[in-house]
Amino acid sequence: MKKRIVITGLGVVSPIGSEKDEFVNALKEGKSGISLIEHFDTTDFSTKIAGTVKDFSQSKYEKYLDRKKFKRMARFAQIGFVAACMAIEDSKLDLSKEDLSRVSVVTGTGMGGLRVMEEEVEALLTKGPKRVSPFLIPMIISNILPGEIAIKYGFSGPNYTTTSACSSSNHAIGDAIKILQFDEADVVVSGGVESVISPLGMAGFCSMKALSQRNDDPQKASRPFDKDRDGFVMGEGSGMFVLETLERAKSRGATIYGELIGFGSSDDAYHITAPEPEGRGAAAAMEAAIKSAGISKDEVDYINAHGTSTGLNDKTETLAIKKVFGDKAYKIPISSTKSMTGHLLGGAAGVELAAILLSMRDGFIHPTINYQTPDPDCDLDYVPNKARQQKFNTAISNSLGFGGHNTAIIVKRYVD
Amino acid sequence: MADTENRVKEIIVEQLGVDPAEVVPGASFVNDLGADSLDTVELVMAFEEEFGLEIPDEEAEKIQTVGNAIEYINTHASKAEK
Repeated sequence: MKKRIVITGLGVVSPIGSEKDEFVNALKEGKSGISLIEHFDTTDFSTKIAGTVKDFSQSKYEKYLDRKKFKRMARFAQIGFVAACMAIEDSKLDLSKEDLSRVSVVTGTGMGGLRVMEEEVEALLTKGPKRVSPFLIPMIISNILPGEIAIKYGFSGPNYTTTSACSSSNHAIGDAIKILQFDEADVVVSGGVESVISPLGMAGFCSMKALSQRNDDPQKASRPFDKDRDGFVMGEGSGMFVLETLERAKSRGATIYGELIGFGSSDDAYHITAPEPEGRGAAAAMEAAIKSAGISKDEVDYINAHGTSTGLNDKTETLAIKKVFGDKAYKIPISSTKSMTGHLLGGAAGVELAAILLSMRDGFIHPTINYQTPDPDCDLDYVPNKARQQKFNTAISNSLGFGGHNTAIIVKRYVD
Repeated sequence: MADTENRVKEIIVEQLGVDPAEVVPGASFVNDLGADSLDTVELVMAFEEEFGLEIPDEEAEKIQTVGNAIEYINTHASKAEK
């Protein structure tokens, strides 16, 4: 029989808040975390806006990261590390009593330390190979994050990073579930992070014409499912969790945020960046997740959409939801966290799972903000602009990534 | 001389994130200041950069304490920069 897997710790660092309360209040209020980029000169960039994590510094998080450690990590790792420390603290695990060889860390990151790469390429070109930092490689590799978390806490169980662009966090959590099911570990720290709001990262996405250019109105730029959407807004941040079996969580009297009951994934096998136009791949991931959960489709009462605010994603994701749920699709509230945070790429599903768990706990459905003009291609209930006081029990969270990677995770309110 | 010493100390404080008071001539980078093998490589690179030097690997291996670094730089940086 399958084990029941629950979430007992949560940490979030995001453009709309880096404390649980701040984050959940922003979700309730429908607050945008998007602003003009200030940390580098965007004069020549067609997009000058992003969802940055504000007020993130070593001094703020010195209880987790000393000065040297902080300096030796790229920003994605700093942010992910802090979120993971928060999740572990939140879980109230007594690490002195744990078998640390049975603690696993699996995190999702789409890219890695892009800014560090840029600085070191500059050193290579201007000063030569002998001036390239010995920390270049350990700082840019995405898997350094679970490695660093293992070093801090002595967690020596299964440890790696999943990379599938914008599906990375969902894949990590999916793997975490499997690790617990296969009894490879007692506890898994999982989730994901991304931070590539750097000149090269922005330039790359700008050239793809993937980003919104609504520079004159940053807070209105991320407008998933709205007819006037013109691309996604890049965000950065992390959502991290502590996962364990229900039996174990109960035996130690842990607070349970929710139960992970299903996971499904697929690939479009269609194009490197464009979604398959009928949404077949995304639908297949949702179908697989529902099947693995062993629930009926009628039980799904909330969908946290991938909802990026690009023309293609929102249209095909809508098609995919209709393909899976038929007429019932019109009755399920659907919202996009990215309308507030921007698109956190490999970190998106992590922060979105945090959004689902906290809104489930507090009995509301967060809105899709900036929804003004209906699009005939997107005609479902996207919970426009205002949070809804509505309890939900079973949520699907979609993530769809470049490379055609589709994932869906199902989380359920915990009932004994 | 005093200037070289101060600049060396500043680099060490910055690179290793240590308290300036710990950066005394007898302090070993690895044993006293918490450096690992990558830190020592980067420290030597920072000295090279700051003082316009090229420190050969076999010489770099001998620079194990704050005092070693100051001494090496005082001897070799005289021509390039001081």
